[in-house]
Amino acid sequence: MSTLPLSPKTLTRLLATSALIATSAPVMAQDMTQLSGSFELELRSFFENPLDPRQHNNTLSIAATPEYYHSWNDEQDALTITPFIRIDQHDAERTHADLREFNWLHVADNWQLRSGIGKVFWGSTESQHLVDIINQTDSLEGVDGEDKLGQPMLHYSYLLDAGDISFFWLPYFRERTFAGVEGRPRTALPVDTDRAQYESGAEQWHQDFALRWSYSFDAVDLGLAHFHGTNREPTLLPNTGNPATATSLIPRYEIIDQTSLDLTSALGDWLWKLEAIHNSGLDAGDYNAAVGGFEYTYVGWLDSDADLGLLMEYHYDSRDQRSTRPFQDDIFAGLRITLNDFQSTEFLAGLIYDRDNHARMGFVEASRRLGSQFKLSAEARLFDNLSSTDPLYGLRDDSFVQLTLEYFFSEQL
Amino acid sequence: MLRLLPSLSLLLLPLISLPTQADDDPAVARGHEIVTEADNRDKGWINTESTMKMELSNAHGDVSVRQLRTKALEVEGDGDKGLTIFDQPLDVKGTAFLTFSHALEPDDQWIYLPALKRVKRISSRNKSGPFMGSEFAYEDMASFEVEKYDYRYLRDEMLDGIDCFVVESYPRDKNSGYTRLVTWFDKAEYRAQKINYFDRKNAALKTLRFSEFKHYLDQYWRPHRMHMVNHQTGKSTVLTFDEIRFQTGLSDRDFNKNSLKRAK
Repeated sequence: MSTLPLSPKTLTRLLATSALIATSAPVMAQDMTQLSGSFELELRSFFENPLDPRQHNNTLSIAATPEYYHSWNDEQDALTITPFIRIDQHDAERTHADLREFNWLHVADNWQLRSGIGKVFWGSTESQHLVDIINQTDSLEGVDGEDKLGQPMLHYSYLLDAGDISFFWLPYFRERTFAGVEGRPRTALPVDTDRAQYESGAEQWHQDFALRWSYSFDAVDLGLAHFHGTNREPTLLPNTGNPATATSLIPRYEIIDQTSLDLTSALGDWLWKLEAIHNSGLDAGDYNAAVGGFEYTYVGWLDSDADLGLLMEYHYDSRDQRSTRPFQDDIFAGLRITLNDFQSTEFLAGLIYDRDNHARMGFVEASRRLGSQFKLSAEARLFDNLSSTDPLYGLRDDSFVQLTLEYFFSEQL
Repeated sequence: MLRLLPSLSLLLLPLISLPTQADDDPAVARGHEIVTEADNRDKGWINTESTMKMELSNAHGDVSVRQLRTKALEVEGDGDKGLTIFDQPLDVKGTAFLTFSHALEPDDQWIYLPALKRVKRISSRNKSGPFMGSEFAYEDMASFEVEKYDYRYLRDEMLDGIDCFVVESYPRDKNSGYTRLVTWFDKAEYRAQKINYFDRKNAALKTLRFSEFKHYLDQYWRPHRMHMVNHQTGKSTVLTFDEIRFQTGLSDRDFNKNSLKRAK
């Protein structure tokens, strides 16, 4: 604001003593121990009968995500332990537990090191997360790919004059989760995760590495990264080698190199977003993929307190119809309404349309806080007009609605 | 946006030297003088950490509570930096905002979503929207920079027995939700005591009252209670500070995306 007669640092030193006297404020943050988290009850209901008679139309499940957090040494050290467990009425695979986090964070002047099991997000776009590669997807939890398994890592970050640089050592690989025989939604044939194959003889112990530089300047956030290691996305192979006679699918994990760029730029009411990757090392050959678009926010919609957001993104994949991802020439359009009321009511609706095969995938999400400790969420996922060549073909009868009631707690210990 | 209040008192006062309109108008010069004095009296705080409670009420008497913590860093020659962390409601616990305020350019703002471990940039024009459902708009919570307003001295007036200057401020940002603000500064300490807000149609919108002032480091006055009433909806928000600590050793390193992701 104003020009100080002394540098802030000098002043801080000069005033440190007087600050103590004047406010009797502790300059050292106190150790903190906290137990928090949530419990949830979930009901999924499918509109159509399942493709496989072993599957069900309605499923109840419960889940818990407690978190223990302890910080000490003036918040320069912190331990986080976050187990997760879900119990599903029908699907033995979806009844699963995971350590989402179990790590020690140490923060120094210009660097920080996180050691243990953790979670990292990279990326900028909303309808697909191409760049986000550190953690494996827990696809049992949701179809949007945003639920992740805990990843063992050493994550070192160093602050530069221009942004920061991060090194990741990922000593152990987590296999993707898939719905079990009775689970739904799932691929037409169930995935036999017990028979996973690896390109590397080291299998899950292949040592993976990643490097990322991220920088914010003006109204731009930029990330450049490279990953070398086990592909998080498996190729699914028929168990008999012949699609006509196969009774299950076997995941195969190859060693890849992936270089990525992610970008966000704020221009007035507009946010422009881009994610792009170059991927090499797959038997099927190298490829490029990208997703980009915008989010426009209209504040004070219809003279109310509500915000209206319009989203649009385009998906590209150089493999076209050979892509293992469902989005290669697709358009996403979305609408977000935030009421800004006491109960934080929000809606998000979207549609992804495949320009090649005309497949349509839609979703609606809504949530509202109840009282101060509960939250009610509703979600619908709709799959329509899927062609037999679409990676999502197995989901053609799996449109569903889901209701979730969450209870939150937090205690200082 | 949310870097809230450590300097809300100063933030709310518009002012600085803008050689735009009627420089020779004595009311403009006087208004400028008053706010400059108020601003000068609040310089050099360096950094603060505070905990606060927001109680939202509507016309039916429903009440909803938010609990938050803020860290703020004074920046020479630019807007301040702020980090705000939510403790309650529990479903947004750990959600945090990082703000780099700027005098004339749009602020840079990011939100951290703890469940996804994701940092998202937020559109910087979101000034007039309500902050977490309260009657405080994002721009009410932002770092005060004199260049953000034009001003004009209106009159002297007694406010509840306190002798005050009354100054009118005009936001220079066309995205502001206000046409003008009328602020009462007490003559003794140049503290904002009351602000009336007028909406884009120039209709009376809100009134903010400051009270329970405490004196820190023998220089800085901070109101520990702020009461905002919306005259158009009957809703109100009371903001109370439990604790404000000055000069706790925060530095630039505590205001970046890594520190945002560490927020607990």
